[in-house]
Amino acid sequence: MSAHDQTVGLDTGLKKDQAGATAETARRAEVRGNVLLTAPALIVLFCCASGPLLIMLVYSFLTAGDYGGIIWGLSGDGWSNVFMQRDIFDDTLSIADAHISIFWRSLKLSVLTTVVALIFGFPTAYFIATRPLKTRNLWLFLITIPFWTNLLIRTFAIVEVIRNQGVINTALLSFGLIDEPYQILFTDFAIMVGMTYVYLPLMVLPIYASMEKFDFRLVEAGYDLYATKMKVLRRIILPLAKPGIVAGSILVFIPSLGAYVTPRLLGGGKNMMLGNLIELQFGQGRNWPLGAALSFTLLLIVMAALIIYVRGVGKSDGQHG
Amino acid sequence: MAKAKAIGAAAARQHGSVGDVAAVTAANVTKTFGSGDDGVVALDDVSVSIRQNEFFTLLGPSGCGKTTLLRLIAGFELPTQGDILLEGEPIGHLPPYQRPVNTVFQSYALFPHMTVSENIGFGLQMLGKPQAEVASEVERMLALVRMEALAKRRVDQLSGGQQQRVALARALAPHPKVLLLDEPLSALDLKLRKEMQIELKHLQGETGITFIFVTHDQEEALTMSDRVAVMDNGKILQVGPPREIYDHPADRFVANFIGETNFLTAELTSLSKSGGRVKLPSGKTVAVTLADGEFSEGQVTVVIRPEHARLTKAKSKTTLTGVLRNIVYIGTDTHYHLRLPGDTPFIVRTQNQRDTQESYQQGDELGIEISANAVQVLRD
Repeated sequence: MSAHDQTVGLDTGLKKDQAGATAETARRAEVRGNVLLTAPALIVLFCCASGPLLIMLVYSFLTAGDYGGIIWGLSGDGWSNVFMQRDIFDDTLSIADAHISIFWRSLKLSVLTTVVALIFGFPTAYFIATRPLKTRNLWLFLITIPFWTNLLIRTFAIVEVIRNQGVINTALLSFGLIDEPYQILFTDFAIMVGMTYVYLPLMVLPIYASMEKFDFRLVEAGYDLYATKMKVLRRIILPLAKPGIVAGSILVFIPSLGAYVTPRLLGGGKNMMLGNLIELQFGQGRNWPLGAALSFTLLLIVMAALIIYVRGVGKSDGQHG
Repeated sequence: MAKAKAIGAAAARQHGSVGDVAAVTAANVTKTFGSGDDGVVALDDVSVSIRQNEFFTLLGPSGCGKTTLLRLIAGFELPTQGDILLEGEPIGHLPPYQRPVNTVFQSYALFPHMTVSENIGFGLQMLGKPQAEVASEVERMLALVRMEALAKRRVDQLSGGQQQRVALARALAPHPKVLLLDEPLSALDLKLRKEMQIELKHLQGETGITFIFVTHDQEEALTMSDRVAVMDNGKILQVGPPREIYDHPADRFVANFIGETNFLTAELTSLSKSGGRVKLPSGKTVAVTLADGEFSEGQVTVVIRPEHARLTKAKSKTTLTGVLRNIVYIGTDTHYHLRLPGDTPFIVRTQNQRDTQESYQQGDELGIEISANAVQVLRD
């Protein structure tokens, strides 16, 4: 259906082009003006994002220096080391299990974080959107409170709560519910909880924005037409909140995948994520080309995941019309 | 609740077939919003029976409780006291999705993420009808409201009148026992509104479904309804066919709300089975009809519709006399605003003919003749 719409749209678009050439030049002039408005942002983006990215791309194809940095000589080692490792004694190549498991953990924890943030964030956004106009801003204000404190401090606070001598374990021990501390810190679970906490507002706010415009009389119309509460949620509320859900999921998933501080503090040395692996290559690992190649791999994973996600969402859209 | 059910069942047995049972009954329904001293009584002990296949209108000013009564029948609100019966069965406690009743909303409330067809088929789909049946029923409904050509459009690409039709088709598609219409025409312009009034009446006849229509527009109510209930302040003041409501208003509010009216204070001098006689301020005595209720001789308020009075220059024998203050020409009619002795305002309406010259002037003292059977005594 959407494909059909697109061809129709193209068709009429062509006709319009043929019809009004003068309108077209006027439109182009307007576009030129609008492009100028975006120039400052484009310059910043080029200097701070595209430029460094280009440098990284070049580095990933160079040879690693013995004490960090790079040596100007072409080498494929950076890229091959992403998934393979060379044995230090007999130079045979084997699959880099450690890297694979880090990729897998990053992907798994990011997806989990996104899902849990959605499960917690949607009801919260719905709740705020259904409050009277006067109290809504207060609730939104409360949602933003965590942003007031530095991420590092907030994460240390979580450590304080979940570590073996922390609040939870001390309480459980003193109530006699457990005999020895329950290991929460330095687990994947701890990372996921931490990332969910940090990124939850990024899920709530876009969903709230899409729910705020929602006409709740549609819910009544749904009930009137024999839809139960679950069906009203699935067939009416969720499809109309979808732009917010998509935006929120993307906003949570991307930073989760490259997260650094949270897995570093809550996951410890063993439960590394991609961000930590990359940092390691530029630090103790002294393998800048590998770090650069890993960064680009992360970029490609994000792009692939987004394409798959947006395509999937678009497809289910076609079913509902 | 159990008692109400027993009454409903008894009523069904008594009448033998379901066809004789009222489509919808409100039994002593009270609805209060909020509680304690802040509580607002939206409906105050309302009882009314709506017959099968009837075009029934709830008419009243905003805040009179008409929409609340509609929402109670739909199930969006639960009664504080009393119950709603559907064909004799109490439904006051059921959620809206378990009531075989559908609503056309004032805002239409069409689902913006669905096409016209998907909107119309939604109710049937939720009822779990097979895909083929849903499709054929949607086709039928599209034809009924003449929207076949726009079946695949998204609803936000439709005009107000088209959205109105889709809302109607969507509510009719699941074959509800009762269709509720909450001021559905208020967003349309005058010409379209007139067209839709006739179309709605036609649809009601064609589908044989009981329509309950809410409006604050008295003309709309008179045009379409089989019976009208006039509401004010959470109460139903009068129920009857449009002609009865117009010609025999029960009280001052009904008389005033529906059409233009002249109010006079008079003295009831004699009572009979079907009516009585009153002595007007002018000293003349006329026959009157009485509103429902108890009357005793003495001072009463009577109403006379402007079109039931006639002006004449010979003022010696007429029922009333007055001084002409104003002449208002409104195309079809001319309104003559007079003052009776004692400064009581009185309006006479005359239908205009072509080529007639205006024969009266401001300041003329004129006689007013009243048609036979045109004086109604109000319940006060």
